[in-house]
Amino acid sequence: MIPGPFSYHRPASVADAVKLLSTLGDEARPLAGGHSLVPMMKLRLATPEHLVDLHGIAGLKGIRRDGHKIVIGAMTTQHELLASDEIRQSLPILHETALLIADPQVRYRGTIGGNVANGDPGNDMPALMLVLGAFYRLEGPGGGRDIAASDFYQGAYFTALEPGEILTSISIPAGAAGHGYAYEKLKRKVGDYATAAAAVVLTMAGGKVATCAIGLTNLHETPLLATDAAKAVIGTSLDDATLGKAAAAAVAIMAPAADARGPVEYRKHVGGIMVTRALTRAAARAS
Amino acid sequence: MAKTHVTMKVNGAEVEGLVEPRTLLVHFIRENLLLTGTHIGCETTHCGACTVDIDGMSVKSCTMFAVQAQGSDITTIEGIANADGSLSALQEGFRMMHGLQCGFCTPGMILRAQRLLQENPSPTEAEIRMGISGNFCRCTGYQNIVKAIQYAAAKINGVQFQEAAE
Repeated sequence: MIPGPFSYHRPASVADAVKLLSTLGDEARPLAGGHSLVPMMKLRLATPEHLVDLHGIAGLKGIRRDGHKIVIGAMTTQHELLASDEIRQSLPILHETALLIADPQVRYRGTIGGNVANGDPGNDMPALMLVLGAFYRLEGPGGGRDIAASDFYQGAYFTALEPGEILTSISIPAGAAGHGYAYEKLKRKVGDYATAAAAVVLTMAGGKVATCAIGLTNLHETPLLATDAAKAVIGTSLDDATLGKAAAAAVAIMAPAADARGPVEYRKHVGGIMVTRALTRAAARAS
Repeated sequence: MAKTHVTMKVNGAEVEGLVEPRTLLVHFIRENLLLTGTHIGCETTHCGACTVDIDGMSVKSCTMFAVQAQGSDITTIEGIANADGSLSALQEGFRMMHGLQCGFCTPGMILRAQRLLQENPSPTEAEIRMGISGNFCRCTGYQNIVKAIQYAAAKINGVQFQEAAE
């Protein structure tokens, strides 16, 4: 399978990349790790006339701490996330999740920026970004802006990115001391997208849930924050009745597609189970 | 479509060629360089048969364009044997442990396993299985591939390989 013809551009700066993308218009696509876009191009489901490869821009890589925030360059790979002590200590749910994305080879190339900016409902990182209260830095022809991850996703493959804009970094508040976390992903095999997945970050105080956020992957055309489910567990000790209520509140907002991973009812059912498991495991990890 | 001149190092030798931007790295390796040990399996980034080592990373060469490899240092299966032509520890492991049947996945398996052992010289069985989870084998059931990698790890670490009881 060979992609359609295109022109290849490799800018050395964000300014040049933005200029290229805005000049070349709709037929140009930014290329990050390429592990979503290149397969789509080989199937001719994507036929861009221009690719703007972001690998030549040194400033888009790396993980650094900025006060209480962790700033991750968009071209940082999943492999680099896994190797980072900062991520392991401050945002361990990213480490746990990156290990569940695709396979080792894909993780050497696949980037966190591509994962969150592509708008694919099957990608794992966007739900985490909602749960963690991340902000995305976008650079475009009109300058830069920051947007909350919770305002970014509009539909399957539709995001708040304007023509000519690229995501350059992600800023995430470091996890609270002693927080519990879990990403529960049901998938058919290594490398598959989630049949259903749930991300939970919570804190406990005196045996009861003090704060909680729950995110859902591949259970709607966008990642979801299960706000009512999270409210249902705050102040409780996560007894079985509460877990049932939280799962039901999460299931109520799910609207997955029926596909080879199962019919809608099945995916909602297992989505509820992922929520229950993630809550239970996150609580056990909290101190 | 205009062609682009690319240069890179493959198995220690400087190579060059003219490629269209859409030329996949695996096609450049097989058709321009005539190194046909790197196999094309699924063409959809799943099977890992086309795995090569690029600048210290295991990469599926069907999912990267040759122009993106400009200036990089690549190892393919043709560059795996020892300098004197004898089998590397991994090649020997696959031979001794019967780690292949049809052999189609083997170049990708060996390239991936080599990088795995460089990052983790003493992997557990579970780490080996996760480490090769991006490489499909449709013959062996993986048992003997895992043993082959354990054999190679033992040899590299200078310890006696003890085959686990079935």
